[in-house]
Amino acid sequence: MATTKVMERKPLTMAEKTFIPQIASGLKTTFGNMLKKPVTLEYPDERPVIPNNYRGVPTLVKDPNGREKCVSCQLCEFVCPPKAIRITPGSIDADAEPDRAHVEKAPQEFDINMLRCIYCGYCQEVCPEEAIFLQDIFSVSGYSRDEMVNNKEKLYALGGTLPDAHLKWDKKKAAEERGNEAH
Amino acid sequence: MATTTQEISIGDLPARAAAASSEGELKGDNMAINVGPSHPTTHGVLRLLMELDGDTITKCRPVIGYLHRGDEKIAENMTYNQFVPYTDRLDYLAPLANNVAYAMTVEKVAGLQVPERCEAIRVLCCELARISSHLLGVGVYGMDAGAWTVFMYTFTEREKLYTLFEELTGARFTTSYTRIGGVARDIPEGWLGRVNDFCNGVLPVLDQVEKLLTRNRIFLDRTEGIGVISRETALAYGLTGPNLRASGVDFDLRKDRPYLGYDRYDFDVPVGTTGDCYDRYLVRGEEIRQSVRIVRQIIETFPDGPVCAEEAKQIVAPQKSKVLSSMEELIQNFMITTEGPRIPAGEVYFEAENPKGALGFFLVSKGGGVPYRLKIRGPSFCSLSLLEELVPGHHMTDITCILGSLDFVMGECDR
Repeated sequence: MATTKVMERKPLTMAEKTFIPQIASGLKTTFGNMLKKPVTLEYPDERPVIPNNYRGVPTLVKDPNGREKCVSCQLCEFVCPPKAIRITPGSIDADAEPDRAHVEKAPQEFDINMLRCIYCGYCQEVCPEEAIFLQDIFSVSGYSRDEMVNNKEKLYALGGTLPDAHLKWDKKKAAEERGNEAH
Repeated sequence: MATTTQEISIGDLPARAAAASSEGELKGDNMAINVGPSHPTTHGVLRLLMELDGDTITKCRPVIGYLHRGDEKIAENMTYNQFVPYTDRLDYLAPLANNVAYAMTVEKVAGLQVPERCEAIRVLCCELARISSHLLGVGVYGMDAGAWTVFMYTFTEREKLYTLFEELTGARFTTSYTRIGGVARDIPEGWLGRVNDFCNGVLPVLDQVEKLLTRNRIFLDRTEGIGVISRETALAYGLTGPNLRASGVDFDLRKDRPYLGYDRYDFDVPVGTTGDCYDRYLVRGEEIRQSVRIVRQIIETFPDGPVCAEEAKQIVAPQKSKVLSSMEELIQNFMITTEGPRIPAGEVYFEAENPKGALGFFLVSKGGGVPYRLKIRGPSFCSLSLLEELVPGHHMTDITCILGSLDFVMGECDR
């Protein structure tokens, strides 16, 4: 239950009007703090600890077998509030990956405009393939506007490999080896 | 549908232009002073056009709109969940509280009840946001009045709070934490313990701040009897939050129209006696202590269970693990992302007690995933509308104290 509390105030005493008690207690407070350990970081040399699930720069990741996880469903492009993502869907090279070529798609182009990105993490949240992942990078810079648009190569270079908890292709392969007995 | 045209008369243009240009014209010996729109005193992009007679201000006209982004129109062009990041940028000193207020408005239209754990997380978020906002408010106010040290102490505590927000939401400032029907993620392991540690640490710092300010004659000389807002004026201008309570009006939405189960928690609502700048400082300081009290009560009785209203399958996105493994949930995920959560037709006005005052959302839904109209009521807008009446009669130096004590945010005023 909430109650009301009236903030009463008392007039200053004679001693308080002379500033002296205030100066004494104020100096005591500030000098006490002066002896404490500094709370600041020497930033570029020391780096802050970034917690897990930090929402930094969005990147694309590959699975441990080096396959592209993104199937260019364009859900991230749709959900992105500032419209920073642009995807051109394409097909998978049939010579390189015959298993996957006619089953899934892959992005031909995938651009994330870091000048528009607001790091909200919606792309990672909606991605049905866990293909887009927000890294712990928090400071990005560039000399030109073009430089700030991350293309597919750069996104994969930044993203690297994310160990797959889901193992979609391994499960499929195992099922094929069993001759799909279970189903 | 047939369209009709209507001629709009705009009157005698030259006469209107002449009237507009002579409005700001100075008469007599007065001096015009322009503060802002980019000035350290104005805490944002507020511009003040003032007329001075010697050192006394005779006229003050606030010019707002420099941070206008058209959030209300933007909301009409995106799904309900997509607008959550935009609410971060209303009162950007307490984004979590804005997220909660917005999500609750949409849930009210949908008639959706969130689980207990979600409510507890949201109350926790609101109160931590209040502490963070008031720490800044009191600190910057001290700085405005010439007490730089206070700002350093409160900012150190606020930084600790931001580290906690970072762990919870993934971002320090732009949290985007709530979703319609729940929150984005559950609290991390051991987080409540760290919140408790913060609460233990913030109270001694508050004591120090009060030691430096509350009985300090310089601070009192600068704030006592300055910028007095009477009870009637405060009510007439629609002031809310600490500014209203400092004027002696005992009104707090958490107490008078409890939401999120605020009636379960024990806390005091501080009320001022005269409504001057000093009262606004006292009320904010006490509100931090009361928020700490609420946070401790939540931690003691933190419920288990889901953090989203999972049974509302047309509104709440399914869990990620299910999206990855089940076709039905995958389709549900696609539907909610592309079409938006399906909210029934209806309209709701909801106000939440935010750190700066009552943040209201008026939402009209015609069904579907996109709002038909979203009106935002920012408490800072009301606080600033008062300046024209409040400031005249004060000295030029009082401007910093008055602006600091009103603790407004332009992001919310201009939206």
